This record gives sequence, structure tokens and C-alpha cells, in this order.
Amino acid sequence: MAKNTDFNITEETAWCPGCGNFPLRKALSSALKELDIDADQVAMFTGIGQAAKMPHYINLNGFNGLHGRSFPPAVGTKVGNHKLKVIVESGDGCTYGEGGNHILHNIRRNPDVTHLVHNNQIYGLTKGQASPTSEEYIQTGIQIKGTTAAPFHPVQFAVGMGASFVARSFVGDQDHLKDMIKKAMNHRGYALIDILQPCVSFNKINTYKWYSERVYKLDNSYDPENINEAFNKSREWGDNIPIGVIYKNEQKIFRDRLVTNDDQPLVEKDFDPQEAKKIMKEFK
Amino acid sequence: MDFNILIGGEAGQGLKTVDNIMGKILFRQGFNIFSSKDFMSRIRGGHNFMQLRISDQELYGPIEEIDLLVALNKETVDIHKDNLKDDGIVLIEGESNVLDKRTLLIPASVIAKDINPKGVNTVFVGAITKIMGLDLDIARDVINDYFDDDILEDNIQLLERGYKSVECVYDDLNANIETKDDELFIDGNSALGFGALTGGLRFYSAYPMSPSTGIMNFLAGKQEDYDLIVEQAEDELAAINMALGGSYSGVRSMTGTSGGGLALMNEAIGLAGLTETPVVIADVQRPGPATGLPTRTGQGDLLFAINSAQDDFPLMVIAPKDQEDLFYTGFRALNLADKYQIPIIILSDQFNADSSKNLKEFNFDELEIDRNLISEDDPDAKDYKRYKFTEDGISKRAYPGQLKGELVLVDSDEHDEYGHIVEDSETRIKMVNKRAKKIDKLIEEDLEEPEYFGDEDIDYLMLTWGSSYGPARDAFELLNNDDYKVGLLSFSDVWPLPKERLKEIASDDVKLVTVEQNSSGQFKSLIRSETLLDVQDSILKYDGRPFTGKEIYNRFLDEVIDNG
Repeated sequence: MAKNTDFNITEETAWCPGCGNFPLRKALSSALKELDIDADQVAMFTGIGQAAKMPHYINLNGFNGLHGRSFPPAVGTKVGNHKLKVIVESGDGCTYGEGGNHILHNIRRNPDVTHLVHNNQIYGLTKGQASPTSEEYIQTGIQIKGTTAAPFHPVQFAVGMGASFVARSFVGDQDHLKDMIKKAMNHRGYALIDILQPCVSFNKINTYKWYSERVYKLDNSYDPENINEAFNKSREWGDNIPIGVIYKNEQKIFRDRLVTNDDQPLVEKDFDPQEAKKIMKEFK
Repeated sequence: MDFNILIGGEAGQGLKTVDNIMGKILFRQGFNIFSSKDFMSRIRGGHNFMQLRISDQELYGPIEEIDLLVALNKETVDIHKDNLKDDGIVLIEGESNVLDKRTLLIPASVIAKDINPKGVNTVFVGAITKIMGLDLDIARDVINDYFDDDILEDNIQLLERGYKSVECVYDDLNANIETKDDELFIDGNSALGFGALTGGLRFYSAYPMSPSTGIMNFLAGKQEDYDLIVEQAEDELAAINMALGGSYSGVRSMTGTSGGGLALMNEAIGLAGLTETPVVIADVQRPGPATGLPTRTGQGDLLFAINSAQDDFPLMVIAPKDQEDLFYTGFRALNLADKYQIPIIILSDQFNADSSKNLKEFNFDELEIDRNLISEDDPDAKDYKRYKFTEDGISKRAYPGQLKGELVLVDSDEHDEYGHIVEDSETRIKMVNKRAKKIDKLIEEDLEEPEYFGDEDIDYLMLTWGSSYGPARDAFELLNNDDYKVGLLSFSDVWPLPKERLKEIASDDVKLVTVEQNSSGQFKSLIRSETLLDVQDSILKYDGRPFTGKEIYNRFLDEVIDNG
């Protein structure tokens, strides 16, 4: 039975007024409350950045780790206690930049976690430098004539990797975002939601208005289980940006491939050192 | 009796098989044995060798002089002939004598061709067994344990043909030898993995890196029999951060690497310190920096390990002195990491990791796992605070989901008692002090003083840390046999540095000398800065090869005693 404080949000945050993190948090809180789970059974893993402060501002277990390393501790926790519901959450810089190697290999591992990426196409906490998803034309105090690299396209990348669940949503559409989070949480395996979320302080181009004019919802005629269709869809960006489940493919999860994977979580198993004594025979 | 066999050849010739099998045969025969390995970082070609030193006395390290030189190629003779004793013997495949010393020829390839061309090395095993007057039945048993069924019969035949193809040279080596039923013959990496497994390790995440990979190999092989998961991480950053996640979830977790990997892990060692998440990190040292000498030995990571990550936080560093110490340290480190909620670095090295020695069976009687987790009926289990301020700085640890209705929040930012991010100066100071207190308690309750060998009245004190102990122990015996008044103080716990015993022994009349495998005398610097004692000398080695006792003995005479 969930407590009435479960997944509540805090009064105070370190976010700017009007930040896209607020509606994101609201959708997350509502989604979690609507799922039949207790807050003590949910753990959130974040890195560093404004987005990564989320576990301080919503009532659940949290591991607020290092920049770029939101994902690896989540995998370790899934090894120790697979029954916890696990959310990995961070911004576009932490996830796609500093932590790029981990998303690549965790799509391969396919652990049963939900991955929420606040994608505002800019670095917020360090005050407005280009992020991996910034458009080439964006100009900042560092990128004075635009970026020196083409933007990273997370949805295209994840579909290309054959990730188990790939979605995009937008904080301007609360119901859609909430629905995506619930679907991701109920998906068995890795579920990425790239969440378009304006930075009102440092990104004056990709604003609420900019996104609102471009996003469109995928309807029932779209089949997210068709990889070829999904790949074409994942390449849409610019004037028309699809939101919804882009690709879905239930497959073996990380835990299915482990040598030890019976139902009792490792953390609940007792161990007596005497059990190891027999190993000495190997060294006779 | 002190007898040394050197087996040399190219990578890919199956040297390791000869070494493994011969090691077991000699151990089962009842000899004290010290086996060390010298590899090049390549899969084929080059020159590799292994040494098997046997005696009726306990052994602590390798020696240079060779009694039996087993040459799987001609180059082995060229490289090692100067160390071959005057009455030493060469065993080689070929048709003519290659040295002015006694040479036994064996047509190993011709024999193998008849039975199984891949089994040349087993022919050598048979020949060595005969030359040394060892028991053929013991050799058969070892072969039996070593090979899979499909090639077992071939290997028995190869062994017997090798045995018949040479004459027995040493017929009295095992005259005073009795089988040691209560002993083990184990390498350092396995011993460390075994100790950790015995300590209830549940999760080992690592990225393969010589010479630490043996720990991962040992543990991976145990996954079917124990509730243990071994995961090969995408990099060292993931390896340690995964282990921290495992630990956060409530299971004992560990990672292992070498110096370069430790460099990558450094930020996360600070994370473990700040979030007070227990974790054990094995750094199996090799010479550095950067890639250095990947398959060789060194002790260059001491100051780096104890200074891991930026700013101050409690951390423990233990450098086990031998294979036995590695086992007990693997166990103890997991208990201490849980008790103090700190990262613990175990500093091993290639010499410790890849050498095998006979030792007493591990004593399981007093091994108890102490998790130090909060209990559900503890008053602090309500309104749970992960970082509650306490007298000794230790807050009771819960894992997520353990306490009904309570949450566990950990943060790499400075935080309050609940784990929430803060920046105020008062909380910052209290939290830094809280973490620091844990080390005071550790020093008082759990820090182990170094082991002392020697008389009360000494002129010189050799100071070792980690694996230098073995060769220094041999040198200590040689020096005392020559009536030099030398003591040996062998440190395993190196950070925090235990100072009591050293201060008891040190005086103006005793010259302090460290023996260590780095180029600057890092242990000397550490002792000086921590104790203000004047360590006058260091016997240093940094070519990637282990010390031998004789070498330390000679250098002690030249560099320490002759220089006053």
C-alpha cells in the first residue's frame, strides 16, 4: 500500500522559474503515483546537472552519483536487487556526452530500467555551452560561431542499436509524457525516453514555442515494432518531430543472461563463509 | 636443499601448462615450493619463463641460480646460461650439446608426433619427473586432474614416453620430504578472489587488465556454485560505479584493476568516500605510468593509491605481503569496508598475483561476516537518516527497500543527514568531521601493526610493504646468518600508516632502510612524512622484475652496510 507521501514533490528546487524540469517532474510524479508501486521500492540514479538533482525533489530512493555515471550504479543495483524499480535520469550532457559509452553498452545489456533524459540541447548548470544535441547553428560563449560537431540524435542512435524501447516526449504535453513514462516503467527491459525540455535561461532558440510548433504525436497507424519503419521515423527531425513510442522490441534482458538469476534477490540471500571451504580442494 | 628449475620458451609453446602441472607434481610430492612467472605482453613469440624453486625449508621468493634449465627453445639457453650452476643441467629438444654443461636431449616433438602433436609440453613434464626422481604415479594423478577426457589418454602416454626417454639424475631430492596434506598451493590472484568470495562477495565488476584479470577469472568460474555475479564492464569508470550501485543495493561489491585503471576509477573512489558507500578495489600493480610494462611487477602505486581522488575523506589501503595474506585481506577488507562505510584499496602486484606458493590451509574457524547494516527494529529505522550524525561518525546503513516506508538517498554533493544536497557552511563542516571520525575509530579498533622479524638488539631495520616481504625475508635470513644485526618490519596495512611498532623499534642506533619496487622510495617518503623518523636508505628496484633474496642481500651489503 503506497503512502500518501510517496513520489510527492518538494517545495524548493534549484531550478530556474519556468524550467522544463518542473513539468517533467510533475508528469513523473503523477505517472509513479498511478502505477501500483511504493516509493521505497523505486530507486532513481542520476548524474550531475540540473536534471540530475531530481531525486532531491521527489520522494523516492536516490543515488545522485557522478557526472556521466548515472547508468552504471543502476546496473549494479539491478544485480543486487532486481525487484527494485529502477529509473536512470539525467540531462543530455551527462547522458549523451560524458556518459556516452555507458548508454551504448547498456543498450546491449538491456537491463530492466527506465531511462529519462532531459534533452534541452544545452548545458544549463555550467551556464549555457553546447551539448551533444545542440544544433550546429547555436552560438554560445564557447561556440562563438556555432558548434564544431554535428548534433547527436539519441532516438536515431537508440533505434539503430535495436534498443528494447525507444520513445520521445515533450514536457509541453503532460498527458503524453505521463503516458510514455508509465509505458516505459511497465516495459520489461531498457526503455529510453528522450524528453524535449526547454531551458528558459540558456537556450533561446529551442523554446517551448519552437518545440510546440514542431512536435506531432504518432497515431495508431504507426507500428513501433517494425524496425525499418522505426528507423525512418527516428530520422525525422527539424520541422516535424514525432513524439511517442518510436520503437519497441521485447528481448532478453540483462538478468536473463546472468549465471545466477533465480527469483530471490541477492541482497536477501544469507551466506556462511564455511560454504566456500570446499574450494580449497582445487588447490591441493 | 634448495633446487631451482627454470622453464623457458616462446609465448604459445604451452609453458604455462608445464609450469602448472610441474608445480602440482612437486607440491603433491611434498616439497616447499615457490613458483614465479615472467611473461612478455604478447600472445605468440618473445621469451617467457617460469621458475619453480623447491626446498625442504619454507620459501619466500625466487632465486637466480638454476639447477635444471628446461629449454623449450634454444634462445632460452642463451638468455639464462649465466645463471646455470656449474653442476646444473640443460634439458632441451635437439641433437647436440649446446653448452659445456651437462645437457640432456629429448626428442619431444618426435614422440609427440606419434601420439598427439600438440602435447610436446607433456613429454617435457614426463622427462622432468624422471630426471628429478619424482613419483610417476603422482604425475599421472596430476595429468588426470588437469586434462579433459578427450585428450587425457594421449597425455598419459606422452607423460610416460617422456619419462622413459631420459635418465634419473637427482635420486635423493625427496629423501626428507613428506606429503603435506594440510597445505595448499595457490597463486595470489586466486587467493584474493577466494578470500573475497569467502567474505560474501556478491558482485565483481571489472574491466580486464593485466595483471589483475586472474581475480576476475577465478570469480567468474565460481558463479555456478555461488550466488555471485561477475560482470565485464565497458570501462573502469563503469566497473567501479557498477560496484558502488551493487553496494548501494545492499550486496558486497568489489572491482579490480591495475594502475591505469585505478587512475580512471579515482573520481569514483571519492564518490565512495563522500557517499560512504563500502567498496573494495584491488589494484594489482604493474610498472607505469600509462601502459608501462603491462605484464611485469612493481610497487609504484603506493602514494597514488593513498592519495586517491581530490580532497580529504577516509580511505584504507592494504598491501598484503604474500598469498596467504591476500586471502585473509580479501575477507577482512569486505568486513572493514562495511563497518566504516569506506572504500578500501588492496595493493597487490604482478609478483604477488602470478606467483604460487605452498601454505597452510586457510583457517575458516574465525571467519565471520559482519555486515553492520541497520536492523528493522532499531529506533533509527524510523524517519531514517542515511547520514545521521553520531559519536563515532558511523551512521547505520540501510539499503533501498529494506525499511518499509523509508527511503535511502545518497549524494555525491555535500549533503545533510537525509542525503539531500546542501551548501551551508555549518553542515559542510559537520559532515567532513563526521567522515574523518571514522578513520580515528578504524585506527583504534582495526588497524594492524606490521609484523616484526629479528632480535631486540639490531643495527639495521629493513622496512617492507606488500610483496617485497618475501625476498626481503630471504635476505633477512642471509644477513643474519652472516651475523649482521638486521631486523625486518613487514607492513600490510599501509594507510592509515600504523606507527606504534615502528616507533618502539626505531632509535638513533638503528638505521632504517626501505626495500621497495619503485624508483623514488615512496614508502620512505610516507614513513618520513607520517612519523618524522629519518629513513636513511632505500633499496629500490623498478625494472619490472621481482627482487630475489640474494639480490637484496648483496645490495644491502653494498649500498647500506659498506656505505656506513
